[in-house]
Amino acid sequence: MLTTSLLNVTAVSKSYAANRVLSHVNLTLSRGEILALLGENGAGKSTLIKILTGAVRPDAGTVMLDGNPIVHGNTALARHLGVAVVYQELSLCNHLTVEDNIMLGREQQRLGILDRQTQRKIAVEALAKLGQPESWLDRRVSSLSIGQKQLVEIARAIAQNAKILILDEPTSSLSQQDARQLFDVVRRLQSQGLGVIYISHFLEEVRSLCSSYLVLRDGTVAGSGQLQDTTPRELLKLMAGRDIEQLYPARKQRQGECRLELRALCGHPWPDNISLTINRGEILGLAGLVGSGRTELLRTLYGLDPRRTGDIFIDQRRRSKSQDPADRIRAGVAMISEDRKQEGLAQSISIKDNMTLSDMRPFSLFGWLNETKRDQCCHELKEKFSIKALSCDVPIWTLSGGNQQKVALARAVHQKGTIWLLDEPTRGIDVGTKAELYRWMAELAEKGDSLLFVSSYFQELLATCDRIAVISQGKLVEVRPTEQWTEHELMQYAMQGRA
Amino acid sequence: MLRSLITPLVLGAIYLLLSLLVYGGYCLDVSWETRSCSLAGWLVGLVILFVGVVVLKKHIHAPSPTLIRWVPIKQADQIVGILGPMLVLGLVVSLFAMADAYRNFQGNFWSLPSFRLIMLQTSVVSIAALGMTLIIASGGIDLSSGTALALSGVVLGLGLEADLPFVAAALLCVTCGTLCGAINGTLISFMKLPPFIITLGSMTIFLGIGKMIATDGGTVKPPAGSIPNWIADMVTLFPDPAWIAYPLLPNVAWGIWFVFGLAILAAATLNRTVFGRHIFAIGSSESTARLCGIPIARTKIVIYTLAGFLVGIGGVFQFARLSQGDATAGVGLELRIIAAVVIGGASLSGGRGSIIGTLCGAAIMSVIKLGCTALGLGNQLEDILLGTIIIAAVAVDQWRVRSQSASPN
Repeated sequence: MLTTSLLNVTAVSKSYAANRVLSHVNLTLSRGEILALLGENGAGKSTLIKILTGAVRPDAGTVMLDGNPIVHGNTALARHLGVAVVYQELSLCNHLTVEDNIMLGREQQRLGILDRQTQRKIAVEALAKLGQPESWLDRRVSSLSIGQKQLVEIARAIAQNAKILILDEPTSSLSQQDARQLFDVVRRLQSQGLGVIYISHFLEEVRSLCSSYLVLRDGTVAGSGQLQDTTPRELLKLMAGRDIEQLYPARKQRQGECRLELRALCGHPWPDNISLTINRGEILGLAGLVGSGRTELLRTLYGLDPRRTGDIFIDQRRRSKSQDPADRIRAGVAMISEDRKQEGLAQSISIKDNMTLSDMRPFSLFGWLNETKRDQCCHELKEKFSIKALSCDVPIWTLSGGNQQKVALARAVHQKGTIWLLDEPTRGIDVGTKAELYRWMAELAEKGDSLLFVSSYFQELLATCDRIAVISQGKLVEVRPTEQWTEHELMQYAMQGRA
Repeated sequence: MLRSLITPLVLGAIYLLLSLLVYGGYCLDVSWETRSCSLAGWLVGLVILFVGVVVLKKHIHAPSPTLIRWVPIKQADQIVGILGPMLVLGLVVSLFAMADAYRNFQGNFWSLPSFRLIMLQTSVVSIAALGMTLIIASGGIDLSSGTALALSGVVLGLGLEADLPFVAAALLCVTCGTLCGAINGTLISFMKLPPFIITLGSMTIFLGIGKMIATDGGTVKPPAGSIPNWIADMVTLFPDPAWIAYPLLPNVAWGIWFVFGLAILAAATLNRTVFGRHIFAIGSSESTARLCGIPIARTKIVIYTLAGFLVGIGGVFQFARLSQGDATAGVGLELRIIAAVVIGGASLSGGRGSIIGTLCGAAIMSVIKLGCTALGLGNQLEDILLGTIIIAAVAVDQWRVRSQSASPN
C-alpha cells in the first residue's frame, strides 16, 4: 500500500462577512487512507468540502491534490483532478439506466455518435472495482434501493478516475445491511489506493471503518490523529468542546394507563393489521429497516395516509376515520416528520410561522393575529430550545439541521402535544443536540407524555426505550420490554420478519 | 411607542415629499422650467431613497449599533419590503421622464394628467392582481382570471339590458366573478389536479360562456342612460377638482382610492390574519401545512373564491371604462395580471408575494405603456420592454435569493 500524501490542505481560512467559518485548517490524506471528518453541525465540515471541490474560494491557504493546486470557482477542474463527492442527497437521474448514470457527463462518442461499447466497458470496470455485478447496468435507477443507488453514485465517481472520494453522511438513510455493504465497498476502494474522507455522526461506524480522524469545532481543528489511540468519549469531548458524560439519560420507569391504542390498523398497503398500545409515561421504540412500514404506520395513525380498516383509540375514545391531522392534533398527538426538509418544516417561511403553524388560536381574535403575543411566544420557545438564529423572523433554510429539528419540536410543544410520534428524530443531528434530544424525551416521559420513537439506529432505541416493537413489511413482528432484546435479535427480527 | 411609529412616519414623509414634487408638473401649460425643477427634485428624492434602502439592507445583514436605536431590524425589514418595489417603479418612471425631458416635455409624460391616466389604466389589472397575489403566494395560478373578468362584465351588461338598477347588476357581476373563482377552487381542491390545468380549461370555458350569453357578437351594449354618473366618475380622467384637495393628495377618480382601499384590505389579510399565514404555509410547503393540520382544501377554495370576488370587482371597473361588456376583452388579460404579481417579487413556486409589490408591478406595466405612447415609440417596443422587465425582475430576484443562500447557515 502506498503511503505518499495525496491531498494537502494547508492553513485554509474562510469567512462569510463577520462570520469566521474556517480558521487555519490543515489536513493531509494519503493513498489508501480513510479519514473520518467529525464535528457538530455548523463546525465547518460542509464549507471545507466545498473548498475541496472548488465550489468555494478560501480567503487564505492552499489545497493541493497530487501536486496540482485546486483552482477555486472551477468545480469541473477539481473533478477532473480526481475529487469526487457523494452527498447525502443523491444526484441520480431516476429515469435513466445505471449505465447511463455512471457515464453521465463523460459520455464516449465517435463523430458525435454515442460509442456504446466503450461506454459499457468503462461502466463495467467501475462496477467491478466496487465488486458489484455487471447485470445491474441495464436496470433503471428508480428500481434500485437507496443503498444500491449510493453504490451507483460511487461507481460514477470511480469511472471519472477519482483519486479522493468524499462521502457525506452516507449511512444516515441506509439500513444496516446496506450500510455494511457500503463499508465493504469503501474498504475495497481503500485497498485500491483511493483516499477517502468519511463524514458521519455515528462514532461506532467511524471507529470500525476509518483509520484516522480530524475533528472540526467552530471552524478550527480541535484534534486529529489515529483512531486507535483514542476513545469515543474523547472524540465526543473534542466535538462538543465539553465532556458529554452521558449521551443517554437515566430513565425512571413510571407508567400509567393506556393513552393510545391501535386495533388491527390497516392502510394502503401498509400498515398491515397492526395492534399496539402505548401507556402514559412510556417510550415505545419502533425498530425496522428503512422501508419496513414504520413511517407508514405513523402517517396512518396521524391521519396523513388513508386508513383502510381498524380503529384508533386515544384516551379510550375512538377517533374519527377521516384522514385529518387536525383531529389528531386536537387529541394531543404531535408528529415529527422523518423528512424535515420537505415535510417537517416549510423552508422558505419564517421560524415564527413554522413554530405557530399548527395552532394560532392563542394569538388570534376572529382570525386577526396579535403579532406582539406571537413574537413573545416564539421568543420564549426559541430560548427554551436554545435555537441559534438571529431572530424568529428569518426563514428556516438559514438554520442548521439540528436547529431546524428544534423548531419542529418547538412547534409540537406549542401545540401542546402529549402523544409524540417521532420519526427518525436524530437523523443528521450532531452529538450534542442528540444528547439534548434524548434528555428531553426522558423528561417528557417523566412528565407523563407517551412517545413513539422510530429509528433505524438500534442502539439508541435500546438505550432510551421502555419497550421495543419490531416491524417488517408493514407487519408487527414482536413487542418486548427493552431488557429482553439484544441488538442482534432486533436486527434478525427486522430483517427476516417472524423468525 | 416612538419606534412603532417610525415606519408610518418615514413612509408618510417620503410620500409627501415625492407627491409634492410630482405635482409640480401638474398642468400641461406649466413652463419647461417648472417641469424640469420638479423632475430634478424627484430624481434627488429617488437617489436619497435608494441610498436609504441600501443602508437599511446592510443594517439588516449586519446590524449597525448607531442605527439600531432608531430602526429595529424588523422594521428595517418592513421598510425595505415596502420601499424596494417602489424604488423599481420610481426608476422606470424616471427613465421615461428623462427621455421626455430630453424632448422638451413634448410627450407630456411628466405631468399630472398622465399620472392620472397611468392610475386609471392600472386599475383593472391591479384589482385582479390583488387576488392573484393570494393565489400565487399559495403556490397556485389562475389563468382564467382574464376571461372570468370579461364574463362578469358581460353579465353586468345583460343585467342592465334587463332593466335592473345598476347596483343590482353590479352585484350580479361581482357574484359571477366570485362564482368563477369558487368553481376553480373547488375543482382544484377535489380533483387534485394542478391549478394550471384546471384554470387553463376554465379560461376557455368562461370565454365560451361569455360569447354564448352575449348575443351581439360577444359584446353587450347597455341601453343609453343606464350607467349612472357616479359610476362614470369612478374611472374618469377628469375628476371634479373639488372632490379632494389637490396639493395634499393626487386628484384622481374615486375608483382609484377604492383600489387602494382594497389593497390595504388584501395586505392586511395576507400579513395579519391566520388565513394569510396559512396561504404562505401552503405555498411554501403543502405537505408541512398538512402535517400541521391546516384544512388545505377549504383554504384553497377560500383563496380562489376571494380572488374571484376581486375579479368580479375588476369586471365592474372594466365595464365602467368600456361602457359595455365584451366577452373577448379578457383574452390575454390574465397574463398581464400574472406579470404584475411576478414583477412585484412573488415566487411562482409559492410562499412569497406582497401586495405593495403587486401594485408596483401593475403600475410599471402602465408606465411602460403610457411612456412608449408619449415618446411616440409605438406598442411594438412596449411589448419588448415589458417582456424584458418581466425577465429582469425574476432574474434579479433569483440572484438576490441565491446570494443570500450562499452565506453560511
